[in-house]
Amino acid sequence: MNTFVNQFSTHSAVSQLKRAQNLIAADEDEYSDATWGSQAGFGNMIKGTPNFTVPAVPDPAAFLRLHTDDHADPNCRIKIQHGTTTLAFRFQGGVIVAVDSRATAGSYIASGTVKKVIEINPYLLGTMAGGAADCQFWETYLGMHCRLHELRNRERISVSAASKYLSNLVYSYKGMGLSMGTMICGWDKTGPAVFYVDSDGTRLKGDLFSVGSGSTFAYGVLDQGYRWDLTDEEAQELGRRSIFAAGHRDAFSGNTCNLYHVKEDGWKFIGNYDVSTMYYDGPGDVPGAPGGGYGYAIRTEGRSAADPPASS
Amino acid sequence: METSFALTGKGYVIVAADTTSARSIVKMKNDEDKIKTVSPHLLMSYSGEPGDTVQFAEYIERNLRLYQIRNLYPLRPSAAASWIRRSLAESLRSRSPYSVNLLVGGYDTSTHEPKLYWIDYLGTVSEVPFAAHGYGSYFVLSLLDRYHDPEAPLEEGLATLKRCIQEVSKRLIVSPEKYKVKVVDKDGVREVEL
Repeated sequence: MNTFVNQFSTHSAVSQLKRAQNLIAADEDEYSDATWGSQAGFGNMIKGTPNFTVPAVPDPAAFLRLHTDDHADPNCRIKIQHGTTTLAFRFQGGVIVAVDSRATAGSYIASGTVKKVIEINPYLLGTMAGGAADCQFWETYLGMHCRLHELRNRERISVSAASKYLSNLVYSYKGMGLSMGTMICGWDKTGPAVFYVDSDGTRLKGDLFSVGSGSTFAYGVLDQGYRWDLTDEEAQELGRRSIFAAGHRDAFSGNTCNLYHVKEDGWKFIGNYDVSTMYYDGPGDVPGAPGGGYGYAIRTEGRSAADPPASS
Repeated sequence: METSFALTGKGYVIVAADTTSARSIVKMKNDEDKIKTVSPHLLMSYSGEPGDTVQFAEYIERNLRLYQIRNLYPLRPSAAASWIRRSLAESLRSRSPYSVNLLVGGYDTSTHEPKLYWIDYLGTVSEVPFAAHGYGSYFVLSLLDRYHDPEAPLEEGLATLKRCIQEVSKRLIVSPEKYKVKVVDKDGVREVEL
């Protein structure tokens, strides 16, 4: 009886579902079976090029700018995470990725435990600077496409191709308010690789990058200690120290440092180090650390520039 | 852009400043000396608003000289730094303040201590083991946190300064090409070639 009623009723849940299914079936008929899984992207959940909804106003970019520009209006609705220090460098033993963990909204420290390294897959890491949501969403989305690449081509995507995919994607949204500065790091057939990709559409291949408000401070330490033939321990120590330097000098960076090392068999999380603890006591019992605090006052304790004449 | 550094070491202070004088996007001069010897054991580097810099530096120079003529002894570095700061602070509260950033490095002959003071145009003074002004400071301060040694002999201090200059020329887009470097120690002031 119930099934009989459902069949003819126009309002029941079952009939609505049925109608929806018919609609989808009709929709799918527009494309031939050959388009499925093709490079045109019909194998994606979304048809054609990726897209998403924008505010229903004449100029969506201006709308977003109005609600996110925290220089013009500190009380704006949406605040974007700006201060950060991230770095990545390539060396003989792979890639080192080190980041801080502070999220600021204006002068407020919104969080001290942010994961700024995005684990795209076991061989790819992405870093996060600029808009936290933008980086998190698009790098996860990139991970999805890297997996599809594996399924379609029966081999892992190269770091170069993955970073190009991301850069093309953010370039298609240029001028619409995306804000990201990221390093795509990994190991592929060519060996260790680091690419810098930002929301302007810039994509750079290189050995050493640092991004964020604290990047200048990180560069100061990183450049001076960097060599291609660094050992694994020395390289990890350099990454830690550089993030420490930035966490110490830049007000918008700090709290803790997350350290990753990418080798031939994928990335490995090395550890999380508190910046204040590193100042006073150092990173603890880790290979490569000299022992003792990194802080200037700790390092130079008891040393004096005074030069009194030898007393007789 | 304008950049200046200074660092202390065992019995000396090194003061370095770039030598460009710029107006708008044009380099008007590339051998300008922006470090003044303001008394026998005192150096002062100055940067900031064109016009203000030299006017203020000369005002300081002449007044410290006047003090020495009247009292036979020059002001000690700490006293000089205090007086320079006060001059800036009073100027800041006038109708046309000087906007000048300074590094004052000296050797205190009575305590045998090298002294370095970082002073900005707002009249902030801070005694420091190393200091920097300008865009260069963003690269150099973390470097000095890592490499500066208060007991380093002069050769080591100059090597650290070279690291700073090399880092700034590597990373800063509009990096200065030439620096003037002066040292003050127990024997007084002298210029050094890097």
